[in-house]
Amino acid sequence: MLDDFFIRALIAGLGIAIVTGPLGCFVIWRRLSYFGDTLAHSALLGVTLAYTLEFNIAISVFIISSSIALILIDLQKRTNLPGDALLGLLAHSSLAVGLVVIGFLTFIRFDIMGLLFGDILAVTTDDIFIIWIGGPLILIILKLIWKPLFASTVNYELAEAEGLNPDRAKAIFTILMAGIIAISIKMVGLLLITGMLIIPAAMARNISSSPQMMVIYSVIGGLLSVILGLLTSLEFNTASGPSIIAAALFLFILSLLKIKQSIKLKN
Amino acid sequence: MSLNQNILVKLKQAGLRINNKWLVKDVSLQIEKGKIVTLIGPNGSGKSTTAKIALGIYKKINGEAKKYTNKVGYVPQKISIDWTLPLRVSDFMVLTENLKEEAINDALSLTGVIHLKDKNLGDLSGGEFQRVLLARAISKNPELLVLDEPVQGVDFTGEIALYELIKKISDELNCGILLISHDLHTVMSATDHVVCLNGHVCCSGSPIEVAKNNEYKALFGEQASQILSRYEHRHDHIHTNEGKIKKN
Repeated sequence: MLDDFFIRALIAGLGIAIVTGPLGCFVIWRRLSYFGDTLAHSALLGVTLAYTLEFNIAISVFIISSSIALILIDLQKRTNLPGDALLGLLAHSSLAVGLVVIGFLTFIRFDIMGLLFGDILAVTTDDIFIIWIGGPLILIILKLIWKPLFASTVNYELAEAEGLNPDRAKAIFTILMAGIIAISIKMVGLLLITGMLIIPAAMARNISSSPQMMVIYSVIGGLLSVILGLLTSLEFNTASGPSIIAAALFLFILSLLKIKQSIKLKN
Repeated sequence: MSLNQNILVKLKQAGLRINNKWLVKDVSLQIEKGKIVTLIGPNGSGKSTTAKIALGIYKKINGEAKKYTNKVGYVPQKISIDWTLPLRVSDFMVLTENLKEEAINDALSLTGVIHLKDKNLGDLSGGEFQRVLLARAISKNPELLVLDEPVQGVDFTGEIALYELIKKISDELNCGILLISHDLHTVMSATDHVVCLNGHVCCSGSPIEVAKNNEYKALFGEQASQILSRYEHRHDHIHTNEGKIKKN
């Protein structure tokens, strides 16, 4: 069964959606969408490194992305520059360095489009293995830090005062973000990973009244997007990443109908 | 552990300096089980900063601050909650600790907001939200309660009832309370120890002692001093939220 590229892509995609659902909620709650973008851009450098050293792409991307995250935290402490400027600096410079390195690697043929927008044909059984080991691992760790992370998202000082150690939770969450980018880059592509995180969660926000509900809807939205997107991709021969994101956008637009109703009720 | 098992927090000449400016300096105080310590002082005198030092929110402080308990309930003065979060009162109640349904209901009933349990936090009025904040802080049976202007925005009768409640909690749970308030009348009836701040400790002691202090008079005026020393009235009843009166 795993011989079929479509089935492989589906299994991989569903594994990714289960993880991006809850993480995406935190990306929205903590206003980290640009942060996600920065990590994703830096992933290109990780990919080139993997090709150069003939190393596993997911592991290499994970190492580079989490290093960029740590550099960001360090720069925030050391400089007086605003957070978004630092994010832009790291995002574009790591993307640029990644592209320059690609320029040097003339001996390897790169599928740049595949890197940027994902490629279902590229999903191997190894990738599925990494997704279904790494994904649940990310979820288990997220579950363990849920309380302090969520409490400090609502209010940092409350969490700190009541002994929850929010700084540690935040640092671990950063690593988890690097993790999801590492396992989903081949499938979704580095330009669209943040979309996979944000759009299903944004859709879920429109139809939820509690955090738990939002997480559940976000996962469901992600799963549906993957199924719809991949079917479209197969049918019309479109790139897998954009197709999945477009499907997520479609669900988001549907969710707006519900929000309109509830606003009408309020008035 | 502290030598004295009753001590929950001890500040020894604690202070905080940010960008070469002292927010508060040389504060020494201790909070014990079953006692209420009140911080008073004008705006910008460092009351909230002192509370945050006591809670361990600031890491780089001058002097010493030790907290001997982790069972803490905190009502901050300002709380900026991002309303893009879908958060009901019942979700907010279990923010830092998982509680039994019964404990949640009890706490919300005590502060008179049980009827708001399923409401979205963003839909509450200022006073209602304040009552929810207080309910959350007491629901976890804390050893230490830090209340930074806990009744701001609460209506007048509610204010008195909530202060009575705070006093009752301190007796029943035997927890130590650090209270910050502007309302000298209400606060003084329950307070064991008053610390008057103005960037530093300008005086401290029992309410009566502080009222007689000249620095206090200079800071708050003669009238405030009379309020403090005259305050003898104690309630023997509780005001419930429908305006009814319940005897203790």
